[in-house]
Order: sequence, then C-alpha cells, then structure tokens
Amino acid sequence: MSLLESRANRLAGWFLAPTAAVLLLVVAYPFLYNVGMSFTNWNMFHFRDPQFNGLTNYARLFGESDFWRIFGKTFLWTGVNLVFHVTLGVGAALLLNRKLPGRAVYRALLILPWAMPQYISALTWRGMFNLEYGAVNLWLGKLGLGAVPWLGQEWTAFAAAVITNIWLGFPFIMVVALGGLQSIPEELYEAARIDGAGPWRRFTNVTLPMLRPVLAPAVVLGTIWTFNNLNVMWLVTKQGEPADTSHILVTYVYKAAFTYYRYGYAAAFSVVIFLTLLGIVSIYQRAATLEEAR
Amino acid sequence: MMRRAWTQVWVHLLVWLLVLFAAYPVLRIVTISLRPGDQLYSTELSVIPAGATLDAYRQILFEKPFGLWIRNSLIVSLSTAVIGVALASLAGYAFSRFRFRARGAALQGILVTQMFPATMLLLPLYMIMRKLHLVDTLTGVVIAYAATALPFCIWTMKGYYDTIPQDLEEAALIDGCSPFQAFVRVTLPLSAPALVITGLFSFMTGWSEFIVARVLLPDSRLHTLPLGLESLASTYQTEWANYAAGSLLVCVPVVVLFLVLSRFLVSGLTLGGVKG
Repeated sequence: MSLLESRANRLAGWFLAPTAAVLLLVVAYPFLYNVGMSFTNWNMFHFRDPQFNGLTNYARLFGESDFWRIFGKTFLWTGVNLVFHVTLGVGAALLLNRKLPGRAVYRALLILPWAMPQYISALTWRGMFNLEYGAVNLWLGKLGLGAVPWLGQEWTAFAAAVITNIWLGFPFIMVVALGGLQSIPEELYEAARIDGAGPWRRFTNVTLPMLRPVLAPAVVLGTIWTFNNLNVMWLVTKQGEPADTSHILVTYVYKAAFTYYRYGYAAAFSVVIFLTLLGIVSIYQRAATLEEAR
Repeated sequence: MMRRAWTQVWVHLLVWLLVLFAAYPVLRIVTISLRPGDQLYSTELSVIPAGATLDAYRQILFEKPFGLWIRNSLIVSLSTAVIGVALASLAGYAFSRFRFRARGAALQGILVTQMFPATMLLLPLYMIMRKLHLVDTLTGVVIAYAATALPFCIWTMKGYYDTIPQDLEEAALIDGCSPFQAFVRVTLPLSAPALVITGLFSFMTGWSEFIVARVLLPDSRLHTLPLGLESLASTYQTEWANYAAGSLLVCVPVVVLFLVLSRFLVSGLTLGGVKG
C-alpha cells in the first residue's frame, strides 16, 4: 500500500458521504419503495390502503399478450439505435480527425443534436414526420416519391422514433471516439505502415483495438440510456400511437402508471426492466473480462 | 496525387451529409418560428418563409413570463452544476485513488442507479420531498437533478483522474501537504477539462428536464423554461410559431455553452471503466 493510500484511506468516506446521501434519498429509497409496492394492489382505488397481493402483478404482466412483443421490440430498439450510434459516431470521428479545412465548424454543427433539450428535438422530429406538412414527406415529394404515413403505422412509427433517437445519440459516441482517436500515438500508425499495412488494415489492427476500451463504457451507458429512453418514443409517437402499438418497455410502464394509475402493476414492470438491464450489462462486463483475459 | 484529391472530395461529401442530418431539424425550427400567424400549416420548404416575421419572439419575450422562467431555470441549472461538480469531483477522486472496502460494489452501484426507469421513482420521490417540505421549492428539484446527473459525472471524473499520475500527489504529501490539500492543489487544477464537462452535463440536466419539474413544482411562479414551453404548447390554440421561437430561445444558451466548451468535451470525456 502506497503512502497516499495508507494515509488517506479514511478520507474516502468523507469524499463519498455527500454523494451517498443524495443518491440514497433520490434513488435508493424510491427504488426500494417501488420494489415493495410491486407486491401490492396499489392503484387508483387503493391509493391510500394498498394491500399485499404477492406475485399477482408479476403473474399478470408475464401473462399479458403484449408483453413479449414489447419486450422484443425494446431489444430491437436498443440494438438498432446502438449500431447506428456507434457506426455514425465513430465514422464522424474518423472524418473529423483528418486534416480538414473548417473542422472546428463541422464539429460544432455535429454536436448540435446533443446540445438540444431532448423533448424539443423529439417534438420537432414529430412535426417533421407529419403526413401533410412534415419536412420529411415534403422532401420525399420533391424527389418524386409518395408520402409515407410515418406516424400512422406501427413499423413506420418505430422507424421514425429510431431515426430521431439515432440523431440524438450519435454525437455522444462521436465525441468519445474523437477523444480516443487523439490519444492513439502516431508511431503505431507509422509502425503499421512500415509493416506494409494499407488503410483498412491500419483501421482494423490499430484504430479499432485502441478505440475499444474508450468506447466500451460509452456503449454500456448508451445501452442503458437507450433502453430506458422515455422521451423519444413517447413524444414522437404521441403516447404510443397508432393504437398503443408504439411502445417500448418504459413507455408502456409510464402509461400504466400515469394514464391508468396502475401503480403496483407498473412497479412490478419496472422491476422486470431493471433486472433485464442488469442482466444485459453483466453479460457485457463478463464479455469484456474474458476479452481482457485473452 | 489524383487519388488523394478524390479522397478529399469523398470526405467532404460525407461530412456535409452528416452535417445536413444533424443541423436540418434545427433549421426547421428556425423556419417555423419565423412564420406569420396565418401560415402555420404550410407546405413550403424554403428556409426563410414568405412574410417572415419576428412576431413570435416578441410575443414570447414580452407577453409571456419568459423572464421568470429564465430566472428559475438559471437558478436551478447553476445550482445543479455547482453541486454536481462538487460532489462528483470528490466521489470520483475516492474511486480513482482510494482502495477502500466495497469499492468495486459501490462503483457498480452507481451504474446500477441508471437502470431503474426514472419515471417510476417519481411518486415515492414526491412523497419524500413533501415530508421534507421541499415540494414547490427550487431546492427540491436541484437535489433531484444532482442525483440524476451524478452517476455520469462521477464516471467522467474518475476516468479523468485515472489518467493523472499519482506521483504528483505523492510528492505533495512528502512536501507536507495533507491528502486533502494534495487533492485540491495538485489534482483538481489538472482536471479542468473533466470538471468543465461535469459542470456542463449537470447544467444541461437542470436546463432541459421537465417530467420531475412538473411533479415537484406545481406552483407556476416556480416554473422553469421547459415547463413554460410546455404551457405554450398545450394552450388551446397550439401556437406553433411561439413554441418554435421559445424552443430556440431555450436552446441558444446551451448550444452556445456546448460550442464554447467543445474543445474540452473531446479532451475531458474519458469515461472510466467500471473496473480498474
């Protein structure tokens, strides 16, 4: 144990105490409260006197005809978004990392979607997907293509939400990747060049392996944020339209809790979401550990 | 040489495509905000609409309590930023430098706080805040926002501290500094880029959030910008031009902050791994 560690170990508690207090108050207590409530019939009729009803909420939720469809859709939503976030983000970072006149301006413009408050972006995109007046269909018309009823059908509405969220999310990955690219020493590329590696080989053998450790935490965070992103799906499809087909798990929970006041049921649903995410992230981390061990 | 020129052309083409994708929706809001009241539904695509007017901006700035919303939002966002930076810089340091018991578990725990759907925490949060007499106070939302922003901020700070060699602090200790002095005088100044990001991120959390605010701030005198905007959007006759103008006014400060600080964004955003 180094000098610093031995002398300062006691300090750790003081450094962490304020954070712990805030997180306990705002996250841990409400979380435990919800877990408790997921075993009750807490709803509009039993708001003041919820009664214990065991696993009823859980049984009901898994018996729901829509459950597995929404579950699957949430995975698809997360997967598609992340693939595009990473490819567009890393792609943009590679482009911006070159000697390019006006690079600072381009970088600033590409960060715009991240800087905008999410609900404003979501509502703007919703407007752009409007059938008659939306910019997307107007441009399609100019190109001689027919108008698409984006928000009127299940899968086009899904696509609309995905496009919105890709737009929102790629700048974050881009910024992380740019930082990563700038920390790769030029000598590695030199060495690869001397070994006769072409641009593609240099990308796969130098750039990618060096970027991976930088991107991994960003991808974990991105997965959690996307999986639990209420704003985009909820606002773009206007609370699940058409006919409640446009839901991912969190929007479904939100509707159950705040439109139908089925709190106990929604609480059980949130616990399932939480456990699912916990599962995904631990699989990620196990994969990362195996990767390092190799 | 020919080949290099072609590469340049391709690179520019791709960058322009991406920029178009990123900036077009923003441009669209500008256009809508300039439309005169009788043309809100229009199939025009030109950037400056026919009969463009700044009337919507005038209405928002002078006929709505915009100043009040800005004041509330500034108080909330700046306080969130200060608390976020203070707590995250401390906690991140503990995670980066001290090998205490349950350190790994605590780091995981911070990640785990992000996994529960935040909206379901609202109701119990409201109940605690009411017990603490923090409903309808800006303090209440600031605490809630700080908790929202902290996990990401701690990760950022820890990741950045990890890249600073410990030798510097050890030297300070040998020179007679206390560990806390070593942290404040040596490590903190070196961490400026990460501190900037942490502040920016916390500020943004306060500036753009409205679900928590709607629950914790029923009193319209305490409404923040997003709540004010929402009231614009939900008035009987949806005032699209006003809403667009309001949105732009809300975006301008954060966008400017982002652009001014984008230099730090790239250098300061080293998310620490969960392990290590």
